[in-house]
Amino acid sequence: MREKIIKILTELRPEFDFTQEGVNFIEEGMLDSFDMVNLVSELDSTYGISIDGVDILPENFATVDAIVALLVKNGAK
Amino acid sequence: MDFLFKHKRISGILTVLPQKAVKFEDEMANYNFSPAKSMKLKLAMGYNEHRIAAPGQTSYDFCQFGLQYLFDNNLLKPEEIDALLFVSQSPDYFMPPTSNLLHGHFGLRQDCLCMDINQGCAGFELGMIQACMMLDQHAVNKVVLLNADVLSPKVSPRDRNSKPLIGDAAAITVVEQCEAENPIYANIKMDGTGALVLNIPAGGFRLPCSPETAVMEEDAAGNFRSKDNLVMQGDDVFNFVQREVPPMIEHLYEQSGVDRNDVDWYMFHQPNKFMLNKLADKLGVPREKMPANIVENFGNASGVTVPTSISFNLGDQLCNDEMLLCMAGFGVGLTWSSIMMKVGNLMFNQIIEL
Repeated sequence: MREKIIKILTELRPEFDFTQEGVNFIEEGMLDSFDMVNLVSELDSTYGISIDGVDILPENFATVDAIVALLVKNGAK
Repeated sequence: MDFLFKHKRISGILTVLPQKAVKFEDEMANYNFSPAKSMKLKLAMGYNEHRIAAPGQTSYDFCQFGLQYLFDNNLLKPEEIDALLFVSQSPDYFMPPTSNLLHGHFGLRQDCLCMDINQGCAGFELGMIQACMMLDQHAVNKVVLLNADVLSPKVSPRDRNSKPLIGDAAAITVVEQCEAENPIYANIKMDGTGALVLNIPAGGFRLPCSPETAVMEEDAAGNFRSKDNLVMQGDDVFNFVQREVPPMIEHLYEQSGVDRNDVDWYMFHQPNKFMLNKLADKLGVPREKMPANIVENFGNASGVTVPTSISFNLGDQLCNDEMLLCMAGFGVGLTWSSIMMKVGNLMFNQIIEL
């Protein structure tokens, strides 16, 4: 799941390295709110889920771990 | 707050759109995004084109044009109107009310009640609630609800949060007494602590427009706007909608005793496709039952999107048939409101252009 997420993130913002540990993607300006919209659309179709709208908060997209937790919470396998 | 009204019906809906359509692609060079990212934004949000009023056209003009059309085509008689409600954020003047201007233009009866209501995204639902409360009086048999907004002049062309989605339009909904019980279930909630999440900072008495308020400034996301422009804190609005609207609709199911699967159409306010898809998924209703094609084809004209969606998607079908509609508006205020009612056998349900 982590590798797939990093691939999606990199396709979305190829200018950034999403494999770095300890980096907050939001605070570092690597993802903005429209990136999150596109990311959610991509994750929804990749995992066949619909991420709950109330979970679309910046902190849930701050790291790869946070995104993994978000996906698991929303039923991704 | 919950409401139940009986013996009232919508008898006709007319939507009036500007003729000028502007494509998303024609404006995206103004935004601080690469073309590729802008196209992704277009797809995710469902932006395509929006209707923009010609310079000098106001909400009043669209209402006047629509009312004249109804009078000329014998779909409404001026002497039948007991109340004229104008729901808008773009009146011609601070004073007098725009409804009074229309009253004067058409020479309506002196005992026709005129009222302006300052409301935006939930303006159709609030207007319907107000119309039904008036119709609870025996003296009131027919209310004309005008939802209109021409806000495009207030949006910065370099604001990708608001510019791609803004639209101008008006809708005229006739609401009247009827013999049939026709229960109308409605509710509305407010949270004034979020009142400035959607606002136009300058131009009122608190901060009059001046050369200083017209200075363009860049925000953290790279949008340029002045204090004279509309500002929408998009993330806050999105979170508010996702948090408050699904429980409101769940409550409406309980309030009305309606099963979600029995609703024919979910006619919701249309800020963007992404937001609507998330609401449909959360409510467990098919996305096809919750149209998102008004913001796509005409733009978001605040409280006008719900009646526009009914006119555009259902048209003549609603003149010959009856359907159960769940309608909802949410946004400026913050305000969120919903209505469950049967709508059908309309005298008119169409779109015209000015």
